[in-house]
Amino acid sequence: MSLATKSSSPMAVAFDASWKTILECAAFEVFEMMVGVRPELNSASTGAPTGEQTAMVGMAGALCGMTTLRCAKATSARFAALMLGGTATSDASSSGDALGELCNMVAGNFKSKISTLADRCLLSVPTVITGGDYSMETSAPTQCIIVPLLFEGQPIWVALLIHR
Amino acid sequence: MKKLKVLIVDDSSVMRKIVERALRQAGLELTEVLEASNGAEALAEVQKGGLDMIFSDINMPVMDGLEFLKSLVGVGAAKGVPVIMITTEGSEARVVEALSAGAKGYLRKPFTPEQVKERVTPLLGGGQ
Repeated sequence: MSLATKSSSPMAVAFDASWKTILECAAFEVFEMMVGVRPELNSASTGAPTGEQTAMVGMAGALCGMTTLRCAKATSARFAALMLGGTATSDASSSGDALGELCNMVAGNFKSKISTLADRCLLSVPTVITGGDYSMETSAPTQCIIVPLLFEGQPIWVALLIHR
Repeated sequence: MKKLKVLIVDDSSVMRKIVERALRQAGLELTEVLEASNGAEALAEVQKGGLDMIFSDINMPVMDGLEFLKSLVGVGAAKGVPVIMITTEGSEARVVEALSAGAKGYLRKPFTPEQVKERVTPLLGGGQ
């Protein structure tokens, strides 16, 4: 049995390989409904996520971990402008705010699609890091799902880091 | 169509604007849109009176949406003002808790203007 499927508590939900597809679906729905765009899957992406803006939402309960959404500042500014009506000028504050909300909705949408998580996994309020030169000191995730996307030619990464 | 004075409660200013835009896209005529970034700020706005409808996020710092909802009990100015909760949580338990505490409906983020209209229209009474 892998670490990912070994339960540390009776509440823990085992990782399932279908979660990558579910995360992709959750992200697409959020972008389509709240931003009005449909990013493409970036199948050519092989490297680790980069970009100067990262939104993070913690997950606790039956699934412990974190959902992140990372992209360039210009991309998050574009999201903010589109979310605010397409013509609005977004400032740095609203760019981070928009990215945090998108990450929050992706995390919520993901867990709502998994019946064993919906009522048994809580989300934190979003945190947004601006700047690309950072490292996160957390316990090593037992599973990591990365969904690389492209929007207007710019890369976006949606990731789910599962701590158990 | 009845003109509405609404309060939108969310810690995200972008989300507050999105909710306002969705309400307008849903065909509601808004005379005034008040905003609050948490339940405590919202409670102060409610106490001033004159609101027709409240939209509140659940997951917020300082005072969350459920605590805000429960704190409206006994506030005279909140009597008869429908509250719609907005949540990213897929948790039925939290929705049930909100409805039990007096919410008249809920919206799950992400949402479309059509979904907003479906939730709001039944609460507008005979003015529509």
